[in-house]
Amino acid sequence: MSLTSLWRAATQHRLFWPVTALVALLVINVPFTPGFFEIHLKNGHLYGSLVSIVLFGSPLILVAIGMTLVIATGGIDLSVGAVVAISGALACLVVSKQGNEDAVGGVLLAFALALAAALVCGVWNGLLVARLGIQPIIATLILMVAGRGIAQLITSGQIITVNSGAYSLIGGGYWLALPFSLFVVALVVVLSMALTRRTALGLLVEAVGGNAEASRLVGIRSRRIKIMAYVFCGLCAGIAGLMISSNVSAADGNNAGLWIELDAILAVVIGGTSLTGGRFHLGGTIIGALIIQTLTTTIYTIGVPTQTNLVFKAVVVIVVCLMQSPAFRAKVFGARAQRRGPARKTPGVPADAPQQMEVSP
Amino acid sequence: MAEPRPVLEMTGIVKEFAGIRALSDVDFRLFPGEIHALLGENGAGKSTLIKVLTGVHPLDGGTVVLDGRPVRITSPLQAQQAGIRTVYQEVNLCQNLSVAENILIGREPVRAGRIRWKELRRQAAQLVTRFGLDLDVSAPVGSYPLAVQQLVAIIRAVGSGVAGDGGAGSGTRVLILDEPTSSLDRDEVEELFALMRRLREEGVAIVFVSHFLDQIYEVCDRMTVLRNGALVGEHLVADLGRVNLVKLMIGKDLDELEELSEHHGQSQAGETVVKAEGLSRAGAIAPFDLEVRTGEVLGLAGLLGSGRTELARLLFGADTSDSGRVYFEGQQAALREPNDAIGRGVAFLSENRRTEGLVPDLTVRENIILALQAARGWTRPVPASQRDELVAKYIAALDIRPADPEAKTGSLSGGNQQKVLLARWLLTRPKLLILDEPTRGIDVGAKAEIQKLVVSLSEEGVAVVYISAELEEVLRLSHTMGVLRDRRLVARMANGPDVTAGRVLEIIASGEHQ
Repeated sequence: MSLTSLWRAATQHRLFWPVTALVALLVINVPFTPGFFEIHLKNGHLYGSLVSIVLFGSPLILVAIGMTLVIATGGIDLSVGAVVAISGALACLVVSKQGNEDAVGGVLLAFALALAAALVCGVWNGLLVARLGIQPIIATLILMVAGRGIAQLITSGQIITVNSGAYSLIGGGYWLALPFSLFVVALVVVLSMALTRRTALGLLVEAVGGNAEASRLVGIRSRRIKIMAYVFCGLCAGIAGLMISSNVSAADGNNAGLWIELDAILAVVIGGTSLTGGRFHLGGTIIGALIIQTLTTTIYTIGVPTQTNLVFKAVVVIVVCLMQSPAFRAKVFGARAQRRGPARKTPGVPADAPQQMEVSP
Repeated sequence: MAEPRPVLEMTGIVKEFAGIRALSDVDFRLFPGEIHALLGENGAGKSTLIKVLTGVHPLDGGTVVLDGRPVRITSPLQAQQAGIRTVYQEVNLCQNLSVAENILIGREPVRAGRIRWKELRRQAAQLVTRFGLDLDVSAPVGSYPLAVQQLVAIIRAVGSGVAGDGGAGSGTRVLILDEPTSSLDRDEVEELFALMRRLREEGVAIVFVSHFLDQIYEVCDRMTVLRNGALVGEHLVADLGRVNLVKLMIGKDLDELEELSEHHGQSQAGETVVKAEGLSRAGAIAPFDLEVRTGEVLGLAGLLGSGRTELARLLFGADTSDSGRVYFEGQQAALREPNDAIGRGVAFLSENRRTEGLVPDLTVRENIILALQAARGWTRPVPASQRDELVAKYIAALDIRPADPEAKTGSLSGGNQQKVLLARWLLTRPKLLILDEPTRGIDVGAKAEIQKLVVSLSEEGVAVVYISAELEEVLRLSHTMGVLRDRRLVARMANGPDVTAGRVLEIIASGEHQ
């Protein structure tokens, strides 16, 4: 009895299906990669498939976290890929201009300038959306397209390579036996959770995304909230840009962070945040980003031909999304589920659910 | 008159939500050619019964017999095909489409796969004229006032059997009107009633849900009363007096309501809370002067669209003014945003609960705390213990049901949603509370509770601006009255025994200045 109720409570949890999908994807790898779950200590560094997934998934997690807040306000940010490119390009340019590329001061200056540029990008998006009232998809499309050009301008159309041990730390280095980027991600995650849930920012963001006019009439400075979300998103993308360029010790204005905005949006949706805004779930987003990264890894390990790997990815994403949809589950497993009695609080009520019901105590 | 066979007979209807019985063993019958009032407080189960009948919710028990044949209605489409048409309280039209497109949506006249636009407009125009309206059917629905939109929605529902596919037997057998009059003014209600009577003569059975008792007695033949999800009784309207009806609905005596009628006239000479001089906004409201003192209830009367809401929105900074000045407690204020007014202790309960009040995805607790939190800013969250205490206090004080701070606000009934919004503002301890139609679309019991609340707030020294389409309500509650006509504040007077509904109506109708 208690076991079944425990089971039901678990399946009702909004992270149940994302986590299940992630575990399933990980398990699929085992027959193809013996020792998939093994982690070795080599030269004081941890190695293993799981470590790589987190390492390579770090930029996506960062971008997706920023994207979550923007989507929660009812917006969307298509420009994150371009911001990744700009930030990486600027940082690499600054580092490459230093006499001694390994100098910590020079690298810190590069970080500061790159993040300042990302911040400016975020403010630009925020102003277009919140001040001028341009639809977010159009407003951020501007920077998505123009940003690549700006990145090219910074790199003069070349791929700038750097040779700096200090710079490669953030995206490819190790600290305390773990990839350094892990600490950066952890820091950003903790910060963003504290920022949204220890303050009232999360509530206000959800209110603005849930009903913008009601929020205005209740006295929420929704413009300010929106601008903050875009700035935060830009900063996350900026850090991700540093990681990506640091990992390969090069800045490629054309390809760095290409299509990362789409993966990030996908991660947010898989994580249970609705694209219409309102309720958001940072934990879900992180799981979502890990699912996407695991999927990419899986595609390589099980040897899906490169020409078809996008199709494969699409199929898995569709399956994951369908499994999360209460409406779909009710259709497929409906008969059994109904005999078990009506579900209590359903998380993520399907769109066609009744708007109102009168319940008498 | 011998009773003909009912067109619809629902027996022993049971509906549960999450283990809670919303309807238990309810019987409901409907005869052809009658207007049948479905009555009950919020949460009594009216909407649930309608949604079961229209296939929105599946049935958990009981039988439905339509035209003598048992039926199982499992989807709104099926209900529609069976001739059961519904118009819900909130207008569900596509604002950007034309009147004609809205009326004939899904039933457009088609030739060779293409819509015949001229024919579409012709058919729509024909329907509109048949129902005695004069509209440009090619104009977007959104360009008409809400009241007209409501009529368009009804025409769409009824018209779906008249024009279009033209199949025999697709005519309207049952028309359900769920609070169609809540946003209509007097003349428009008359138009609607004329339409309803015409349909009754054609043999349509009409289910009419309304909180306005006058309207029930004016237009209905029979009524069914629900309370707490159970059937209380079915009566002929002629057989049951108002007092008895209200007793049936709320299950208690009206003494509390009676007490309230004593309250008016004693205008306290408090300090001025708000003062407006020549405040105006083009196209919304002509320049007006206004003053409200502490503990004073200023009632605003006037027809729908007379500028009541527009006036309130200027005082709150929801819209910006073109001219004039506002003073709060003697200090001039520039109101560019609601925020500016909220900072000076103003609260505004909008008439549009759904679009301008609630955040339906958020919980009751979050909705209640929202105004207070917004005032504190995002860096200073209300401490959890204090928040829970405040929320619990107001849920209890306003009797919000279910009394669950975790409930999603969108799933509450209308009256309870309104209480959540009231709680939200009361938490901020406002000095000036602007209530725009606070009792619209909610039941008698909740109405009395809200009115009582207004009285006690005013006794505590809160200045209140009270807007309502129900003249009696405004007269009963206010110390001073303002009357609006054609976007102009035409009269201000102290309320007293000599101020009667008749006199106010005269001002509204004639244009006599005070």
